[in-house]
Amino acid sequence: MEQTKVIVGLGSCGIAAGAKKVYDRIKAEMDAEGLDFELKKTSCIGMCYREPLVEIIDENGSYLYGDIDEKRAVEIIQKHVSQHNPVKDYVVQTELFETSDNDFVKPQVKIVLRNCGYIDPEKIEDYEARSGYRAIRKIAAERIARLDVIQTVINSGLRGRGGGGFPTGLKWKFANDNKADEKFIICNADEGDPGAFMDRSVLEGDPHSVLEGMIIGAYAIEATGGVIYCRAEYPLAIKRLNIAIEQAREKGYLGKNILGVEGFNFDIYIKEGAGAFVCGEETALIASVEGLRGMPRKRPPFPAASGLWKKPTNINNVETFANIPWIILNGAEEYAKYGTDRSKGTKVFALAGKIKRSGLVEVPMGISIRDVIFKLGGGIQEDKKFKAVQMGGPSGGCIPDSLSDTIVDYDSVNATGAIMGSGGMVVMDEATCMVDVAKFFLDFTRKESCGKCTFCRMGTTRMLEILTRITEGKGEEGDIQKLEELAYEIKDNSLCGLGQTAPNPVLTTIRYFRDEYEAHIRDKKCPAKVCKSLLTYEVIPDKCTGCTLCAINCPVDAIDGERKGIHFIRQEDCIKCGMCFTKCKFDAILTY
Amino acid sequence: MRIERINIEEIKDVREGVDLALLDPLIEKFRDKKGKMIPLLQGTQDIYGYIPREAFEKISGETGLKLSDMFGVATFYAQFRMNPVGKHIVKVCHGTACHVQNANSITEAMQEALGIDDGETTEDGMFTLESVACLGCCSLAPVMMIGDDTFGKLTGTQAIRIIKEIRKKELKQNQPD
Repeated sequence: MEQTKVIVGLGSCGIAAGAKKVYDRIKAEMDAEGLDFELKKTSCIGMCYREPLVEIIDENGSYLYGDIDEKRAVEIIQKHVSQHNPVKDYVVQTELFETSDNDFVKPQVKIVLRNCGYIDPEKIEDYEARSGYRAIRKIAAERIARLDVIQTVINSGLRGRGGGGFPTGLKWKFANDNKADEKFIICNADEGDPGAFMDRSVLEGDPHSVLEGMIIGAYAIEATGGVIYCRAEYPLAIKRLNIAIEQAREKGYLGKNILGVEGFNFDIYIKEGAGAFVCGEETALIASVEGLRGMPRKRPPFPAASGLWKKPTNINNVETFANIPWIILNGAEEYAKYGTDRSKGTKVFALAGKIKRSGLVEVPMGISIRDVIFKLGGGIQEDKKFKAVQMGGPSGGCIPDSLSDTIVDYDSVNATGAIMGSGGMVVMDEATCMVDVAKFFLDFTRKESCGKCTFCRMGTTRMLEILTRITEGKGEEGDIQKLEELAYEIKDNSLCGLGQTAPNPVLTTIRYFRDEYEAHIRDKKCPAKVCKSLLTYEVIPDKCTGCTLCAINCPVDAIDGERKGIHFIRQEDCIKCGMCFTKCKFDAILTY
Repeated sequence: MRIERINIEEIKDVREGVDLALLDPLIEKFRDKKGKMIPLLQGTQDIYGYIPREAFEKISGETGLKLSDMFGVATFYAQFRMNPVGKHIVKVCHGTACHVQNANSITEAMQEALGIDDGETTEDGMFTLESVACLGCCSLAPVMMIGDDTFGKLTGTQAIRIIKEIRKKELKQNQPD
């Protein structure tokens, strides 16, 4: 009989939710009781909403336990491992019986995430045991021609997963066409979109798949050097990448004459990004790797002709690289079976916001947004009304409920005014103000604009001023039109993707939620009750206990009332700071 | 625009208490490397917690990098600081997911509890308050990070309690037995 395995998910999310304590507790329990089982670590299992997660694999199969704290950890070890009696109440997913969360897993097709949650990311043997490095071994053993590798990637229909959606194989072909003594391959791991964490999960959970993808790319375009440009905000990902690179060198997957292929010399180093959203743009990223300010430059020349240190350079995103080994091993046709006509394969999404099951999912292209949110995501928290989903971060837009039958595919999502982006899906409900969301993104892009193009630098500032005015109740007739005019000017007159897409959040919210803008401007009301300056605060007499807390905390003394008596807000003096609402312990402040 | 992040008048001229010898191994390591500017600045910040003015000058003198270029890079990226920071850096996440889950209320609670504005350090040098774009723990929104510890699914009250606990611990450590 095989030894029982206990696996703890130790990704960033898991650790934040307390998984390290759970791991230590299980270890202590194991040592104290002299129990015989194998305790393993893995990274993100995807069900972030159930963290910390512990999987137990016994002779019957796999049981995934969710919401495990130290106490429950001891309980499942005692009952399941020692007494062979699974604690069904805590099992969130298994193939052995129906559970609440099985439908989170069923519609998923795991290609990019094929190893996430299954392997210990710090052990190269774990990766190798699941067909890891078999793709590059196959290429080396069969001496597959470089052009054939590129053709396979072209045939698979894989498009850039960083958001641009440019066909990966073609990009490789261009880089291959340019001959030079040195060439570079760069992995863009500067996941800058607020609300996206796909790349972090892949890097933390399966770093070798990204390395193998890069090694295959290097073989195909004859690159000599590799760089992973990773955000400094992802310390765990950087740590695990460093371990993985060291292991790959030891095993001869990196270095000189790799796997016996004469002249195939390639090595990878990590470059820590210093925090600039614009560095997601290829030429800005290259400037940053060179140690300069991350300012984009005019193209052409494209990086494929003149990139890092003026040498031909190919840049792909983390998720793109993680797809490559699978495609080489299973074939382009197998990959192209998934997806739609023009968007092949799968896409990883990070579900977040007002959704019941936030986490990481990988679905075949062509699935509807509604299915992702309601079938996999379980719907909206507290069963509130679904309003919109934000896709593509600051470059994307808000897709309203009425368009949620839109399918996940580059062209269909583009048609809504949003973009596929790197895969963040932030779900919003009726309590989210769309003007406030637009303002949030404009504030972000304004700060992140590098300042090179006037329209991006000044235009985003002016747009933000107008939006701020609207949310403060000082909106004027004609503001919507001004916003639209500025938006198109910025799009037309900016050099790089940041400026060209920065107005998207405003344009999509105007397009689909114009009534909310109008309510702010004309009626001076925020329908979602988010914009504080537009709210009216009143005491609900039945609920007021006369504790005086609101009156004490009111910064302008606009609240009257005796101790133990009902309080009253003088509207003419109220500055709408919301302090009374925050401070009241009895929900006695009404807002409308 | 990115340059707005740093108010030049606020950069304090700290001439004392910076041990420049600590920089020597770092400068040696990167002296002849291509693209060394950012790693040198990152390394300097790792040593001192910020980039002291005289560190700029020393690196420039020894490596030939221009002061103006270094300052340009240091002010461009969000990571670099020109002022000493508190012992505990409180990073409140303002990513999209945290924003729709009311991250503003966490920042407001922190401002009130610490008596400082975003980007400032408490007078006792204990806490620095920062807003960050995204910590990547979106499923736990709203989130804040203090040191290496991440706290998720917060409310303002909980966040204040966490600060109080840290203060209590610090007090205990500083009391003689």
